[in-house]
Amino acid sequence: MSGILTYALHYEGEFNKNSLGAVSEGAKLAKEIGGDAAVVVVGGDDLTDELCGSLGKYGATKVFRAKAPEGLAQPVVDVMAKVIQDNGYGYALFGGGLLGFEIGAGLTARLGGGVTMEVTEVKAQDGKLVAVRPILQDSAVAEVDYVGEPGIIIGRLNAFEMSESGDGAAPVEDVDVQLSDWSTKATMVQRGEQRGADVNIEDANILVAGGRGLGKPEGFELAEALAEALGGAVAATRAVVDAGWYPYAAQIGQTGKTVAPKLYLAAGISGAIQHKVGMQSSENIVAINKDPNAPIFEFSDLGIVGDLNKILPKLTEAVKAKKGA
Amino acid sequence: MKICVLVKEVPDAAVEKRIDPNSKRLDRSGEKNLNPFDTHAIEAAMQIKEGGKADVEEVVAVTMGPESAVRALHKAVSLGADRSVQLTDDALADSDVCATGYALAQTLKAEQPDLVLLGQQSDDGECYTIGAVVADHLHMPSLTQVIKMDVEDGKLRCERQAEYGYDTVEVELPAVISVGDAINEPRYPSLKAIMGAKKKPLDAKAIGDVGIEAGRVGGEGKRTTVLAINPPPQKEAGQIIEDEDTDDTVEKIVAWLEERKLLA
Repeated sequence: MSGILTYALHYEGEFNKNSLGAVSEGAKLAKEIGGDAAVVVVGGDDLTDELCGSLGKYGATKVFRAKAPEGLAQPVVDVMAKVIQDNGYGYALFGGGLLGFEIGAGLTARLGGGVTMEVTEVKAQDGKLVAVRPILQDSAVAEVDYVGEPGIIIGRLNAFEMSESGDGAAPVEDVDVQLSDWSTKATMVQRGEQRGADVNIEDANILVAGGRGLGKPEGFELAEALAEALGGAVAATRAVVDAGWYPYAAQIGQTGKTVAPKLYLAAGISGAIQHKVGMQSSENIVAINKDPNAPIFEFSDLGIVGDLNKILPKLTEAVKAKKGA
Repeated sequence: MKICVLVKEVPDAAVEKRIDPNSKRLDRSGEKNLNPFDTHAIEAAMQIKEGGKADVEEVVAVTMGPESAVRALHKAVSLGADRSVQLTDDALADSDVCATGYALAQTLKAEQPDLVLLGQQSDDGECYTIGAVVADHLHMPSLTQVIKMDVEDGKLRCERQAEYGYDTVEVELPAVISVGDAINEPRYPSLKAIMGAKKKPLDAKAIGDVGIEAGRVGGEGKRTTVLAINPPPQKEAGQIIEDEDTDDTVEKIVAWLEERKLLA
């Protein structure tokens, strides 16, 4: 069978940007290989007819809506497995993000389909889909196709662009799904808790981002001083946010924010893929790191191999002097 | 309570990874090590065992891999596991995510664990997915990328970063949990533990021992085919400055920023 089934994540009455990218991508691909561009949504009463139907704007031709707990993967696996079995979709597609990985992996087990993850591009070839995914820290790119159905495609964060290709509202069909026993054994206690100060890094033209290389929480004072001199804001990697050095609101990458400022100055950041996906579209990337082999040097425009404890304070003074002049 | 920790042997981080152009598989020769994320999973198991909130009878390290993978198990045992199980069989070579998850789940079924822990990602390949594949085969609830985990009244209380901030999730046992590296600081094994690791029981299992259907694993069970491996899109290499004289370096950075009108 043909057709593509995409999962759209929502929170507080709004769809996730990456999910809308995946819906748009699914619509584009379904036109090429034939069949429906269907979407699954799972949640509570905030999934109104209007909200679900609005996915039609992004090219969805049909929306399946199921009532089940939100924010957890396994109930969505139950819903998608049933929709795929009842309607015979050939592919399941996910935008980036943690739930996409979990749902896609669960579906692989449930339906025995092949799975690819961190996919950056999907091609339609001879009525089938081929997933393109970088491997080995992005040092090579593999093209992968699927044996049997369904083929499960988990995108990399921001791999798929939103595009309003559709016209009008998509029809919405309610599906009644009996959840698996084990899907009901995890319960959300608190969702989307914000920790730490509110920092707006998405609108900043200049960001000074700090990683583990700052050495200790107090190391962020160096980054803050430089950001202030440059007239920018401070961002952080997941590692230092997880370690409690800096607030979550400042986090860049896979589970944090995606930014594209004019200048991204990375201090003590190695440049793991999970970080890279959140900042690689920045216009100018400057990296300071003491490890000459740090992956970040492979995608920076200016790389400085050296001790940031020595460089940052002097750079801050020099920027201040230049700007004051 | 019995805890099984899934571990994996991966190429050492310092070794340059390459793809064998003929088989299109990762060349797994060269120095190997225990996947660093798995050391956090073992430490999480040890903290539950030592924490006093659950009665842990046994921590079992489980791996799937060629004969050489015993070294990963020895390391796991030196970090505190009581014994280990190695699923090893020529029929498993070239298994993809789908097949690997199935094979590990079959191996775990024989152990009947109350909790399965693993690192959220491996250094050498398929990230973030194995835990959720294994969980669905075992019919257990599952959570990945967990950064805090406590046992309370026979349940787990887990925290993680998700799309919209921090989520707190309560999970009933038995369960499969993959952990991130922020969850703990793994201990260093004592010399005595390293020396003693080879003496701890190690069961080698072939696919027939745990009821794995040969057609569902290895090359035969593959649900994906690699068509081609290409070089990545080229990005022009940036300028690199080695900091020898910091005043000079800073001057160069400022000039570079000024040229791009970033100091306006």
